[in-house]
Amino acid sequence: MTYHKEGAAYQLEDRFEHHSAQPEGVSAQVATQDEVRVTTPPDVCGMGHRMKRKEDPRFIQGKGRYVDDVKLPGMLYMDIVRSPYAHAKILSIDASAALAMDGVVAVVTGKDLEQHGLHWMPTLMSDTQMVLPTDKVVYYAQEVAVVIATERYIAADAIEQVFVDYEPLPAVVDPFEAMEDNVIVRDDKEVKTNRIWHWEAGDKAATDQAFDEAAHVIKQYMHIPRIHVSSIETCGMVSDYNKAMGKFTIYMTSQAPHAHRTVFALVSGIPEHKIQIISPDIGGGFGGKVPVYPGYVCCIVASLLLGRPVKWIEDRSENLQADSFARDYHITAEMAADSDGKIVGLRVNTLADNGCADAAANPSKFPAGMYSICTGSYDLKAAHVNVDAVYTTKPPGGVAYRCSFRVTEAVHMIERMTDIMAHDLGVDPAEYRMNNFIKADQFPYKSPTGWEYDSGNYHNALRKAMDMIGYEELRQEQAEKRARGEFMGIGISSFTEVVGAGPSRDYDILGVKMFDSAEIRIHPTGKAIARFGTKSQGQGHETTYAQIVAEELGLPANDIEVEEGDTDTAPYGLGTYASRSTPTAGAAAAMAARKIKAKAKKIAAYLLEVGEDDLEWNVNQWQVKGSPEQAKTIQDIAFAAYTNNPPGMEPGLEATDYYDPPNLTFPFGSYICVVDIDSGTGEVKVRRFVAVDDCGNIINPLIVEGQVHGGLTMGLAPALYEEIVYDENGQCLTGTLADYLLPTAVESPKWETGHTITPSPHHPIGAKGVGESPTVGAPPAIANAVVDALWHLGVRHIDIPITPQKVWQALREHGVTD
Amino acid sequence: MSQHTITLTVNGQEQTHQVDARLLLVHFIRENLNLTGTHIGCDSTSCGACTVHINGRAVKSCTVFAVQANGKSVETIESLAAGGDLHPLQEGFWEKHGLQCGYCTPGMIMSAKHLLEKNPNPTEEEIRWAISGNLCRCTGYNKIVEAIQYAAEKLRETEAVA
Repeated sequence: MTYHKEGAAYQLEDRFEHHSAQPEGVSAQVATQDEVRVTTPPDVCGMGHRMKRKEDPRFIQGKGRYVDDVKLPGMLYMDIVRSPYAHAKILSIDASAALAMDGVVAVVTGKDLEQHGLHWMPTLMSDTQMVLPTDKVVYYAQEVAVVIATERYIAADAIEQVFVDYEPLPAVVDPFEAMEDNVIVRDDKEVKTNRIWHWEAGDKAATDQAFDEAAHVIKQYMHIPRIHVSSIETCGMVSDYNKAMGKFTIYMTSQAPHAHRTVFALVSGIPEHKIQIISPDIGGGFGGKVPVYPGYVCCIVASLLLGRPVKWIEDRSENLQADSFARDYHITAEMAADSDGKIVGLRVNTLADNGCADAAANPSKFPAGMYSICTGSYDLKAAHVNVDAVYTTKPPGGVAYRCSFRVTEAVHMIERMTDIMAHDLGVDPAEYRMNNFIKADQFPYKSPTGWEYDSGNYHNALRKAMDMIGYEELRQEQAEKRARGEFMGIGISSFTEVVGAGPSRDYDILGVKMFDSAEIRIHPTGKAIARFGTKSQGQGHETTYAQIVAEELGLPANDIEVEEGDTDTAPYGLGTYASRSTPTAGAAAAMAARKIKAKAKKIAAYLLEVGEDDLEWNVNQWQVKGSPEQAKTIQDIAFAAYTNNPPGMEPGLEATDYYDPPNLTFPFGSYICVVDIDSGTGEVKVRRFVAVDDCGNIINPLIVEGQVHGGLTMGLAPALYEEIVYDENGQCLTGTLADYLLPTAVESPKWETGHTITPSPHHPIGAKGVGESPTVGAPPAIANAVVDALWHLGVRHIDIPITPQKVWQALREHGVTD
Repeated sequence: MSQHTITLTVNGQEQTHQVDARLLLVHFIRENLNLTGTHIGCDSTSCGACTVHINGRAVKSCTVFAVQANGKSVETIESLAAGGDLHPLQEGFWEKHGLQCGYCTPGMIMSAKHLLEKNPNPTEEEIRWAISGNLCRCTGYNKIVEAIQYAAEKLRETEAVA
């Protein structure tokens, strides 16, 4: 794997040779099951129980506490002056009229920030990004100045009274044009080029050879367009600087509060213990609340300068136009197969439109994230992947949409290519996948781009999905309909995900290793509080983490309070994104609980006056082997830990664990989608969608179903509806929810879900992540179904979002005129 | 900015306030009355997070001025479990996992409440259309539909007993 950045080339260490992906003494072979494992009674409610969520009572009664609900005495409101141009010089800024308004307290510009060295900030990818510009703007709706006023409405009025004189410059909208360097987006850089980096993975020579020897080669260009997470709550902050104590209390829509605290400390020089970040209830994140946006920094600066609390809440249009975007990969893929139709090689050239900064949230050694997972679920000999990233005059892209690490782009490409190859060869796409899958006995599997897949059983998952949907009957129906001139398609996606970043040897963000943490304290009466370095944005951590601890210690999950998001109290962690919470902090929960269990054993041995070796664990108690009536429950032991602890033993019962995973986890699944196409309008109707997911051991089946449903809907959205569109001047044309179409209950199909269970062999509770999987896996199933419906006409590919217009055009181009 | 005196009933309590002519009802509810269960998710009447009832009709309070509620009765999410017991809709959302981040939930519940008051036995399609003005980014809607069906059934049973 190589990575060249602005002329400097880094040769990464060979990531997979030097570390063992398996903890010692753990078998790498795991069996697949169908049934969710339950070992605790309902009153304990450990893993596998469909427990109702512990966090819900506050949300259903309107008592959640989100950032905009925070109201502090003397609080001021901030609003942002934004650029009407995508690329322009700033000649002057006149704020005098705004400052003369009643209620306006201050206006802050880039020049003001420059005096404190705060007009630029680092991105999470070690690039730089303007906080507020001093010389020019590089995207439409860029933050140009901020106004702070006593009331929200006054601040909104005042931004209209800040007059900025611009000299427009040519916009750079097309990334292919950006490559030519005719207009330089980032002329602040020493090297005058729009090229950010070039990255490669895999074996070029072996891939070239595989293609030379191949019997069939296909090639396809595809664009995975810009999309936006558009969580229903936008981003916001209340920054409260207490001058007397020199301390900031910052309420922030943050998926990674600890990481943000460290970044703020490093950038500003404010001591880290004087920054408390509280991430309260978060109204959806999906990765959009990982980056540090200019608004946050301005809000903090404003509260420092004014010595008062300052609130900043984005409007939806600001959120859609200026916050970080996902995807925007232009992919040219080639696939080679031998004379038996077996896939042998994959060659992928990619142009990444990163906007005005490389502000993705990938681990630092992975500028294109986990994109090299692109060989997917197939056992092929050789692959070579290239990515070139460029700057354009758009907001920073490449962040997230329920997957920031480029797995979605990789999966869309490989699943589209596999389908095209199957159709070209005249083989049923299901059969073709079965013929090319990695086999269950090949795990742990080393992929040609260097990944070690921990566990999988791909044939089983696809077979289950085919049985659930009645695949053979559907093919029959399709043939009958086709004979009548009706358009029905069946699409499959058999994806492999990669989540749980990650092992500290290779994974860091700005140098901070990507472990995560849990701290559990058992109170004397046998109740507990557990704190984590992650931060739920709806994933249900308050329930699932409690169930993990309940599973390990036998304490009822309802007796365990789970707390996240306050950097003054929670142990350090990198936060919640990229389906990493269960693989990292979920593992830490189990490991911390096991430390408590070990101490509990010593206490039990003392209380029962037996040796530790005479004890065995049973659900919630240590009992004497062969004499289970002699037992001490975890509650007995907790009380003793504070009231009657063994002589010489430290009192109390608590533990902390920082879990550094030995490998990533590789969830997978097979999805099958049935579409009907209206040949008159081009409308695609998803008639059925079956999703079989395998995320290893399931902690709470109800929550997993919810995650899958939500993820599928965020897969449907970019497949059929959502795209951030710019005109030739770089103006965003999709700046409201009236233009950017989130699916409603009417568009969303009735999802049919199933699971298989192939535990992760290296994870303490055998779990993987699941939140991202459906968003990664669903789009190609839908796209494949549409193309499947039209293949016989000669349609080979349609880019997502597959709008009625695109389908209508494809039908007309191929002779369908009704 | 011209000031107006408005008298309205909010969650059963009549009250009088001085408000700016341009003050949006959602800001009045959230800022002046500190009822923060009503949320703001967009500025184009698209998302429905701010849905409340005015005289029993579900409306998006981000597109109504506070002065327009003068003389009317406004009900917010906070009115539902005022007596201490959860409303069947709240129960349904909890039982059926009809929420994740919880941000759209109050608006979703208020839209569903309006539906069930008009139509106690809606079909799945009627439910989906009734909440099509409320966006949810987390759940994929299936479990919201189930939650509303749960509530509809429970309300019908209560009605039958009464």
